Amino acid sequence: MSPVSRGFRGRRREHVEAGRVPPGNYLTPDFPVLSAGPTPHDAIERWSFEIRGEVDEPRSWTWEQFTALPSESVTVDIHCVTKWSKLDTSWTGVSLDTLLGDIDTSAEYVLAFSDGGYTTNLPLEDIRDGKAWVAYEYDGKPLEPEHGGPARLLVPHLYFWKSAKWVRGIELRVDDQPGFWETYGYHNYGDPWKEQRYAGD
Amino acid sequence: MERAALRRRLTWQFARVVEVVTETARTKTVVLEAADWPCQLAGQHVDVRLTAEDGYQAQRSYSIASAPEDEHLALTVERLDDGEVSPYLTETLRPGDELELRGPIGGYFVWRESLGGPLLLVGGGSGVVPLRAILRHHRASASEIPARLLYSARTRADLIYHAELADYDTTLTLTREQPRGWSGRTGRIDRDLLSEAAWPPDQRPLIYLCGPTGFVEGVADALVSLGHEPSRIRAERFGPT
Repeated sequence: MSPVSRGFRGRRREHVEAGRVPPGNYLTPDFPVLSAGPTPHDAIERWSFEIRGEVDEPRSWTWEQFTALPSESVTVDIHCVTKWSKLDTSWTGVSLDTLLGDIDTSAEYVLAFSDGGYTTNLPLEDIRDGKAWVAYEYDGKPLEPEHGGPARLLVPHLYFWKSAKWVRGIELRVDDQPGFWETYGYHNYGDPWKEQRYAGD
Repeated sequence: MERAALRRRLTWQFARVVEVVTETARTKTVVLEAADWPCQLAGQHVDVRLTAEDGYQAQRSYSIASAPEDEHLALTVERLDDGEVSPYLTETLRPGDELELRGPIGGYFVWRESLGGPLLLVGGGSGVVPLRAILRHHRASASEIPARLLYSARTRADLIYHAELADYDTTLTLTREQPRGWSGRTGRIDRDLLSEAAWPPDQRPLIYLCGPTGFVEGVADALVSLGHEPSRIRAERFGPT
């Protein structure tokens, strides 16, 4: 039982009560930036998106090929482990269902990898069936580098560190390999509705 | 990349406020007595949870300002006028009050002797807070690794830990005023200031950069353009874009 903080009243509860903000998070109209290092600015000519690992034939798309794939526009709520949530964010990108297509794999996990060396791990089933995208537009405009452009993973049902910025591909894996923040004490799965912020939550 | 294992479950703990120290008009240091606090690493942060009478709770993260060697755990908090938690921590909290804490959190933006250097700390505004923890740890552990701080604030009155920082290899710069008698720099931490005051790229400094998003993006880009390796730059950003 938490003690009452003398004189604390709090505010901004309307959406919390409507069930759109997970426990411990608060709403922000801003779009905070959290990254562990500098923002990469690599030439788009050298960009590619790869699917590799536990697959007979790795797949790879250039930027031109990637942006020619069928895209989807989605409006989703996003939740950051650092406590902010942002409602009704609009993205355009390619569904992981489109990218994975009819790939035959024994993998049950993926490790997403990014420019700058960032990685994050997810169960494969969490990026299938309309749950994940590689997004390259935010709010109708090209995704800004500081928010992960040219393209980032978008997995809105998990804490947002799973939505890897500057994503360059996914590695299909039989075993679950913890990614960057998962190694530094953050939760391996990261369900905001169960408040799985840190290891052991 | 170094892998710091942190597998212990983090539980909420009570901490008692020992003292609230005014640092600047907007910034206070909350000094806490936390009985079972596990020793943090310099640069880590902590989650703070407040509970209203009706049970409503709010959580925020704050950088730890104290070194692991310090007697008390200290958080330095900047008041955000439209904030929900920081006005409470800076204006309402009094010695004897209790806070709930969870942490320490974050295994990447930390420095310890074994990571080496030379150590370059670059802070903007209240981004100096975890860097101060690193400097205090560096001093308390009698490290011989060269350490240097570049710190920018809007005005002289906005400088946090001003007197204490005189004790370290520090370059201060003010972005919004040039007060009479000011012996530090003025203007932003840009390419020119970095090429002059930072360790050169061939010395491969280990760089910790903390501040508002725009500040961190600008300094990180300048550092990379000067030839510093992105993998040697650890950043922590706060605030909106």
